[in-house]
Amino acid sequence: MNTKIENTSNYDVEEYLNKELLRFTTAGSVDDGKSTLIGRLLFDSKAIFQDQMDALEESSKLRGEEGVNLALLTDGLRSEREQGITIDVAYRYFATPKRKFIIADTPGHEQYTRNMVTGASTADLAIILIDARLGVLTQSKRHGFIASLLGIPHVLVCVNKMDLVDFDKGVYDKIVKDFTAFATKLDIPDMIFVPISALDGDNVVDRSERTPWYTGPTVMHHLENVVISSDHNLIDFRFPVQYVVRPHLNFRGFSGRIPSGTIAVGEEIVALPSRKTSKIKEIVSFDGNQQEAVAGESVVLTLEDEIDISRGEMIVRKNNLPRVENKFEATLCWMDDQRPLDSGTPYIVQHTSRNVQGYIRELRYLIDVNTLHRNKEADTLKLNEIGRVVIETAMPLFLDPYKNNRETGSFILIDPANNLTVAAGMVRYASSRTESNRDDLMFTGASMNIIKENVTVTRAEREARNGHKGHVIWLTGHVRSGKSTIARGVAQTLFEQGKQVFNLDGDVARHGICGDLGFSERDRRESVRRIAHMARLASDAGQVVICSLISPRKEMRDFARALMPDGAFTEVHVNCSIDECRKRDKDGLYAKADKGEIPNFTGVSAAYEPPVNPDLVVDTEQQSPKESVAAVVDAVKDKL
Amino acid sequence: MNHLKQLESEAIYVIREVAAQAERPVLLFSGGKDSICMAHLARKAFHPGKIPFPLMHIDTGHNFQETLDYRDEYLKEIGANLIVRTVQASIDAGRVVEETGIGASRNALQTTTLLDAINEFKFDAALGGARRDEEKARAKERFFSFRNSFGQWDPKNQRPELWNIFNGQKKKGEHFRVFPISNWTELDVWQYIELENIPMPSLYFSHKRNVFERDEVIYFASDIMERHPHEEVAEKVVRFRTIGDMTCTGAVESRADTVRDIIWEVAATRTTERGTRADDKRTEAAMEDRKKQGYF
Repeated sequence: MNTKIENTSNYDVEEYLNKELLRFTTAGSVDDGKSTLIGRLLFDSKAIFQDQMDALEESSKLRGEEGVNLALLTDGLRSEREQGITIDVAYRYFATPKRKFIIADTPGHEQYTRNMVTGASTADLAIILIDARLGVLTQSKRHGFIASLLGIPHVLVCVNKMDLVDFDKGVYDKIVKDFTAFATKLDIPDMIFVPISALDGDNVVDRSERTPWYTGPTVMHHLENVVISSDHNLIDFRFPVQYVVRPHLNFRGFSGRIPSGTIAVGEEIVALPSRKTSKIKEIVSFDGNQQEAVAGESVVLTLEDEIDISRGEMIVRKNNLPRVENKFEATLCWMDDQRPLDSGTPYIVQHTSRNVQGYIRELRYLIDVNTLHRNKEADTLKLNEIGRVVIETAMPLFLDPYKNNRETGSFILIDPANNLTVAAGMVRYASSRTESNRDDLMFTGASMNIIKENVTVTRAEREARNGHKGHVIWLTGHVRSGKSTIARGVAQTLFEQGKQVFNLDGDVARHGICGDLGFSERDRRESVRRIAHMARLASDAGQVVICSLISPRKEMRDFARALMPDGAFTEVHVNCSIDECRKRDKDGLYAKADKGEIPNFTGVSAAYEPPVNPDLVVDTEQQSPKESVAAVVDAVKDKL
Repeated sequence: MNHLKQLESEAIYVIREVAAQAERPVLLFSGGKDSICMAHLARKAFHPGKIPFPLMHIDTGHNFQETLDYRDEYLKEIGANLIVRTVQASIDAGRVVEETGIGASRNALQTTTLLDAINEFKFDAALGGARRDEEKARAKERFFSFRNSFGQWDPKNQRPELWNIFNGQKKKGEHFRVFPISNWTELDVWQYIELENIPMPSLYFSHKRNVFERDEVIYFASDIMERHPHEEVAEKVVRFRTIGDMTCTGAVESRADTVRDIIWEVAATRTTERGTRADDKRTEAAMEDRKKQGYF
């Protein structure tokens, strides 16, 4: 023993430094073998030490059990050992040559939804256990729902205790079929199934000879190889200021950890809520200043201009803003066992580094976590219940929908009476845009599930094949200003250059995807919202999308811009005086509007807010259509 | 980002969160590798500024001299403000009664000294270097661990901790223990020390020392520890995997004399580092019981 251990263990220090970190959560019900599976992963990856193993053997013996009870390894607290069940989230660690793993081990009973939500909140992947003898039970579905609700990108379903069903392929296939059918109602981008026996180790680390019909990966192989690098939102730069570092009068640095996006020295930023602008002067760190910083890094930013920014405020890019709202919709999971949701309590809403007071103005419905049924009659939320609410805050928050951004879309509620964390919240959409009765669409994922690239073929790959980038050209202007004409010309020109092009026209959309909408302010906004989302989808698919629609409000166009990655949006003001537009109007639309036959007609009975700072202005009174088309093509040529 | 950079970034985030949310934070510093890493991380968190809170050492009076020398030198180098409170003072003031006889330790007495110091300075957040991989009871510890006005931990009534949002709300007299390196393992710590080139106390490296064995643990044969007649002192080549009070810190036989050697040794080793801690061996739930009372 007393010999120096030489580097003969193939232990490579450099290799260790280059490990990836994967956080996963395990959900299972009593007796479906979750603790045994974790024990097995730890044991087979040699993360269990000899003294822990000895202690385990002793405990197992004392409890009169034969062999070593791997589950005892993870059941930490004394009260749990007494009851023989896990009651809180416990964290476990192990590493393989490829990755370091953090397991959030959570109990699966219905009454512990709270713990499952907690464990899921930081997970990249969820392991759901299903007992092969019992098939897909209510609790399996609940686990799937919570994984989907908390936005976990990867789900690994372990069909456990295969040894007790003689490794019957038919049993396994039926479970896969049943769970897949259920999961279509959820939003789980990546899901795989593995038949295992946690007790015997089949398909956990080593491939089992007892499942020759199974050709997929083992549990460990999947944990080591599932691609997680594309899960992070690298598009929307957000920087909640955590703490101001001010060692002397000449240095004012804003510290924080970047939740999403990237930032570089010299980039233009805007501070919220002041909306003051500046540029990044330095990205300071102890190891030397950096030129750029990415999501996940803890840094200190300094600015060119002296702007007063405090904790709780946010630094973002000028052209990619979160929503600034004091009323928004959210899904809440109630976590307090003493006091249920109370509309009269001024809760503390803690969101990023910001604490504000907020009231729950409305409980829209309660979701039954077992059936997904919505109960609109519910009047409160109790421990472990999940519901959709409207929250109003005393000060605005800087929000992104949870689906786009798990950090700037999440918050907790704190009861001011006892300081307990009483609820976990996920922002679904800002309220000013959810006044319509179409919120159902938004909940089921029809709204914003587009920023994350959960598809197998990524935007970058499509762009590489096309030889150009996806892009959105947004033509705004009065009726008859010439938007559609220019849009067709631009599409034709770019197509001839070998580009993938796609036209989205406001009038055309009214015959189809926006056919249910009228001309009210709200419906117009909804129409713009839909077209903007379609544009995002098509540009994600590598297309150069040319949108032509009046989009009279600055807010609408800003919304569209914020939806696209930085630099992938070109706003073109198609400028033409109302008089000229009227002259061109052979269909007599303006005349009808004058008579009041078309309500809210832009330029007649509704205002048009011209762009303040568009990427390009074309003047169709001065320029020919051909010249206008050439100007637009020229404006985007370096961006494609 | 590799996992060490992610763990570092997470720890810095937590340390800054303490500085922002607490009014009077303190960093508990024992001179062991975990608290040295903590001090290093705190330096990084506030660069180019200084650490905006003091460090505090609870000295049992049974510390290795090497630890104390290292402490004074390192803190001078980084320009940190140090507070020392001693268990001896608590004994002299009659706050605690010293254990006597064979197996006596001041380890448990530290809790009183620590809680008294927290009251004395009105600290409302005490940063510590505990890790969840050390022991089963710690696996369920929060980053922000709430302590009532008696300084006690209630494992059944912890605040849920979601995403990266830390609820630091408290009333007067209550405080938090905060553990920024919760997600690190022993191996991560050593790798980080290697990566960052952080100087370590000599006790961690292989050296010759007079030791004796008790219950399969190797102890330093100091004057402080009373020995049974059959416990023979022998010179061995050892190093320490943890550094604490001499009465409860065991050594391992080892020839690892560089950080890289230690990394290889830790990677290949088959016992946990707390396996060399006598304080955890008293009962199966020993750590949980001490934590409830307000231990580190």
